[in-house]
Amino acid sequence: MKTVIARRLIALIPMLLGITFMATMLMHLAPGDFLDQVRMQRDADPEYIERLEREFGLDNPWYVQYFLWLKNVVPWDLRSDFGYSFHYKVDVWELLGQRLPATILLSVTSLAFAWVIAIPLGVLAAIYKDSIFDRISSILAYAALSIPEFFLALLALFFAARTGLFPLGGFTSTEFEFMSPVRRFFDVAHHLILPTIVVGIGSIASIMRIMRANFIDNIRSEYVTTARAKGVPEGIVMFRHVFRNAINPLITAAGFAFSSIVSGALMVEIVMNYPGIGHMIFHAILQQDQFVVLGALVMSSTMLILGNLLADIALAWNDPRIRYD
Amino acid sequence: MTDENPSAEKTQEPLLAVRDLVIEFRSRGEVNRAVDGISFAVNKGETLAVVGESGSGKSVTAMSLTRLLPEEPVCRVTGAVLFDGKNLVACSNRAIRRYRGREIAYIFQEPATSLNPVFTIGNQLAEAIKLHRPDVKDVRAEIIRALDLVQIRDPEKRFKDYPHQLSGGMQQRVMIAMALVCHPRLLVADEPTTALDVTIQAQIMDLMRDIRRRMSMSIILITHNFGIVSGFADKVIVMFRGKIVEAGPTDTILSNPRHAYTKALIACIPRLGEQQRRLTTIDYAELEKSQST
Amino acid sequence: MERPLGLAVLILLGCFYLVALFADFISPYTPPDQSLQKTYHPPTALFWENGRLHVQRYELADPDDMVYRKIEGEGAPVRFFARGHDYRLMGLIPTDRHLFLVDEPDRIYLLGSDETGRDNFSRLLYGARISLSIGLVGIAIIMVFGFLAGGLAGYFGGIWDNLTMRFIELVMAVPGLYLLLVLRGTFPDELSPGQTFFLIVIILSFLAWGGTARIIRGMTLSLRNRQFVMAAEVLGQSPLKIVGKHILPNVFSYLVVAASLSIPAFILGEAALSFLGLGIQEPSASWGLMLSQAQDMKVFMLNFWWLLLPGAAIFVTVIAFNVLGDVFRDIVDPKQKFLNR
Ligand SMILES: Nc1ncnc2c1ncn2[C@@H]1O[C@H](COP(=O)(O)OP(=O)(O)OP(=O)(O)O)[C@@H](O)[C@H]1O
Ligand SMILES: [Mg+2]
Repeated sequence: MKTVIARRLIALIPMLLGITFMATMLMHLAPGDFLDQVRMQRDADPEYIERLEREFGLDNPWYVQYFLWLKNVVPWDLRSDFGYSFHYKVDVWELLGQRLPATILLSVTSLAFAWVIAIPLGVLAAIYKDSIFDRISSILAYAALSIPEFFLALLALFFAARTGLFPLGGFTSTEFEFMSPVRRFFDVAHHLILPTIVVGIGSIASIMRIMRANFIDNIRSEYVTTARAKGVPEGIVMFRHVFRNAINPLITAAGFAFSSIVSGALMVEIVMNYPGIGHMIFHAILQQDQFVVLGALVMSSTMLILGNLLADIALAWNDPRIRYD
Repeated sequence: MTDENPSAEKTQEPLLAVRDLVIEFRSRGEVNRAVDGISFAVNKGETLAVVGESGSGKSVTAMSLTRLLPEEPVCRVTGAVLFDGKNLVACSNRAIRRYRGREIAYIFQEPATSLNPVFTIGNQLAEAIKLHRPDVKDVRAEIIRALDLVQIRDPEKRFKDYPHQLSGGMQQRVMIAMALVCHPRLLVADEPTTALDVTIQAQIMDLMRDIRRRMSMSIILITHNFGIVSGFADKVIVMFRGKIVEAGPTDTILSNPRHAYTKALIACIPRLGEQQRRLTTIDYAELEKSQST
Repeated sequence: MERPLGLAVLILLGCFYLVALFADFISPYTPPDQSLQKTYHPPTALFWENGRLHVQRYELADPDDMVYRKIEGEGAPVRFFARGHDYRLMGLIPTDRHLFLVDEPDRIYLLGSDETGRDNFSRLLYGARISLSIGLVGIAIIMVFGFLAGGLAGYFGGIWDNLTMRFIELVMAVPGLYLLLVLRGTFPDELSPGQTFFLIVIILSFLAWGGTARIIRGMTLSLRNRQFVMAAEVLGQSPLKIVGKHILPNVFSYLVVAASLSIPAFILGEAALSFLGLGIQEPSASWGLMLSQAQDMKVFMLNFWWLLLPGAAIFVTVIAFNVLGDVFRDIVDPKQKFLNR
């Protein structure tokens, strides 16, 4: 198991190299120099610009720049240097450190929300197959699958504005600095509720469908008859025997669901003004803030790949038949 | 035992009596009568073999005893299944669970798929014990005893294994152990050896014999192979297309089969030393004729 | 028909396409047609008088909060098949007839007006053209690329297969919207509406072709060892010919369905880009672009709910295509051997 994890983590490296190389190339296909933005700022110090050009080798061709960037990113001296944000005027690494936790938090709560809603629904739809409940939930699943996140985010803001029950976006209240730790926790939670629901809803449908299909498959299997023949009550047959089997493919699916969640979170972060890396990359692209874009790409892809890896580990842990070695 | 009134009536009464059992499946308006009005009885300590070809309704008959078939509208069971005088067809869902596993236990054909893949075998055995014998304190010891009974080596180690870590024969032994942990009065073995290699088949049948001797319970052995019936069963019923076409003591039926279908089945037993010219096949057209007359 | 839901959705989409096709006839105004005196106008009420349909007249009661009040008893008659702005019906026949109009300075706003007094209804209809066509253009592209890449990767195997699959993995390892934004950021902002549309389709196809290519590769792998393919090989036919003549007919229905399963992704992708201001630009109309106006706090606070309607339109269209895709998939691949999501 450990070697598998190590191998997967090593496989991450060429993947990230490929992605960032591709991204650098693409960004240099874009017209204009991203230093234009800096130069246009009145207060820009020419010496400072010169220093930037030297440091990042901006007068070199893009592939040379890429290797310079790479040289800085790789933590030779145990410290990654992801470059400098021209827009925010801080280290990209620092910026990522501020934004990444918010995105990870939102992704995790959304995934949890989606599971908590989708699994019972999928199980019930399987047990009461072809009933009214099954029909309605499958229609709702289509709806959840089809609603664009940013539209849902707008509706959520609309709801928050009309009822005043929830804050209008953001991650914390303005008085956050002056709050006690407990109140801080509740403040963040309060701000998280709507984004979580909005991001999570899109994944409910697919998780529910997979759960329903697996459950139905497993209900028909022979070990269910064995359990019934032992005298096990129907409820335990379903929730102990069938459930533990039906959940396995779902764990793999959680890896995929994570992909759509990270993507969906990007729109929701922008619309609901939630300070995560999605929010950050959007503004960085508008500003052609190259190093921020690269940093955000690296982080979001790493998140995805690690999410998949975690799903595989969880699967091996839940399904005794799977042993990686 | 001695102070109980040994009335002649009571000892005569069979452990299981099936009367006019009809099992129908329906799908999209079509009705498929899988079992068509059969009756039979199993006495205490007796072994009944149910023989018949594939699809003749043996398994559904077995399953219907404790209502393991799908519920109405998909499947409809009528008639009576009297176990110890109580009609299991009519009793409540709660009540039937007290018979499943405790009074009537099953062994199925495919041990590989009949065991739940995500639980250890010890876990699956424990489930049965905890359900029906809540007074057992040391569940672990009980499991190990059961595994020992079915001649699994190293039961202390094995009971932590998952089904996929065992061979087919071992899995079937676990199934048998699981059926026996609650000391049922009737064991229904639905083709317990069909999925296994020939050598393993013999081992499992020996094991069954051994267990029957030790535990003195009634057994219903379902098979389509007359070969394993001789020397094991006291009585035989032969099923053909949902009906019983012949019934009687094993010896009588083996030595003097009356029905053409039974004869055909017996002819299928490979005998040692006997040169078989050609494979015996069953001539259905012939059978249809004899059936209608 | 055994699938009533599929039929219902097909009819619904048929209506949508008809409406989009005749958008200039049905809509009373052009998308950029502003009326700065009537911004954030609520949907106008209609009433019968003297046997004619009239549109209610409103006055601006509170210019700060944009509250309009009905002027009781006053209205303008709705004229059917009236003359309005010029256009070409179905892009061919020049005409100026419109389904319904009212005389200036009155305006008919069936679904309200936006921040510059443009008719929401007309803009929705024009926007439908983009959302309804982008998926079709997109799947045409990914069918070609998905088939070529997947078919050749499956047929040749080896390095070519390896390269293609690693590349697809690379593309899929980046969260879709992140890559979408980066790719869009690569291209200049000043483009004609047609160029923008085309650019968006290309970018979205780049994101979506991998899934189709994988499915086709899987099928080609299983087909290439079949006898008729081997026979063609023995006869010395060129690989391209074999892939085209023997593989394509066998995978075609899967190809169409696999590609059509990504129609919703195209619609949503365009809407998201336009919503962020990186797609279709003002004054053209696109559902995503229209929805970006609804981000204004004023809209939430003052309850200009009609500005959210483009979102509902996207929603309904995407549902319809999702249902349709599933129905097609069930027909082509009932056991979900190749096509699943
Ligand atoms: N769940 C079910 N739904 C519908 N029909 C069924 C079902 N289970 C069994 N049947 C039908 O009942 C009939 C008898 O099946 P059964 O399984 O009892 O045969 P069998 O004698 O056990 O054969 P085998 O030797 O293959 O196990 C078959 O014709 C089958 O079509
Ligand atoms: Mg059977």
